[in-house]
Amino acid sequence: MEWGSWSAFWAMGGKAPFVWGSYFVTGALIAFEVLQLLLWSRRVAARVAAAAQWNAVDEASEPAKEPE
Amino acid sequence: MSRIDAWRAATETKMRSPKSWWRFAAPKEFFWLTGKLVPGFGWAAALLAVVGLYAAFFVAPSDFRQGEVYRVIYIHVPAAWMSMIIYLAMAFWGIVGLTLNTRVSFILAHALAPTGALWCFVALWTGALWGKPTWGTYWAWDARMTSQLLLMFLYLGYIALVHSIEDPRRADRAGAILAIVGSLNVPIIYFSVQWWNTLHQGASVSLTKAPSMATVMLVTMLIMTFAAWSYSIAVALARARTMVLLREAHTDWAQKAAAAMIAKREAE
Repeated sequence: MEWGSWSAFWAMGGKAPFVWGSYFVTGALIAFEVLQLLLWSRRVAARVAAAAQWNAVDEASEPAKEPE
Repeated sequence: MSRIDAWRAATETKMRSPKSWWRFAAPKEFFWLTGKLVPGFGWAAALLAVVGLYAAFFVAPSDFRQGEVYRVIYIHVPAAWMSMIIYLAMAFWGIVGLTLNTRVSFILAHALAPTGALWCFVALWTGALWGKPTWGTYWAWDARMTSQLLLMFLYLGYIALVHSIEDPRRADRAGAILAIVGSLNVPIIYFSVQWWNTLHQGASVSLTKAPSMATVMLVTMLIMTFAAWSYSIAVALARARTMVLLREAHTDWAQKAAAAMIAKREAE
């Protein structure tokens, strides 16, 4: 596909809002999903790792506790 | 012992066997496996998307009737396919979870839902933007569009239902039942263009007849479809992996794995 110029490419034969509206909204949603997932998994890892420290504190303070 | 109990017992034995594929139904093994798979599918998705987008804009020619606006097809069709396949996959994992009692199966169903909803929205959105210049309207209440909109509500309903039930085991089961019942809508979407007289056109690509589009366009659409598949697998497995970590937060292995994740990130 030869566009001739970049402005012809961006114009998409006069249908730019429909073509780019499809592609950019999809791209934005994908970027949002990936970013949200990345941040969430980091938060979860931090919380689970912190849980380990709390467990260690609990075990140290309650040595008599029987395992379930 | 009933037959299903015997089957579950046999499954549990397989899950414990270090050589069986079933072992990945155990949360710890699943966490390890997805740690290997997510980057692979992620990179595959990125590579396929670059090739697919290049082909979509610089290799594929203009359409002789629609001009350039037809290029929406390279997103619209893969998105619509993914939205249907992911709902079926959720129903599948729901059935596996309900019969075998494997928690990871339910987690996979939960993890797929947001990505399926994303593709469903993309299919509706790009369909509207494509409809306006070609049919003269963003929306019509024809069978294809209405059933696709129902799929959107089924995704949102699933997510809302699972989040509204506090007990995870009950949420798993309720979600699985909604996914199984809701999956009946998928064949309705797929065959709607044959069963009813719709504004939406019939399938351009099917397994039973030669595709009614140029080879370059078809190959480009398939590359974009594989990109969407890889992306969906990567994202759903990454989400499931984090869900497993959260649910296993009380276990020793999960706490060690979380600490290792943080240490690795700090080292980078």
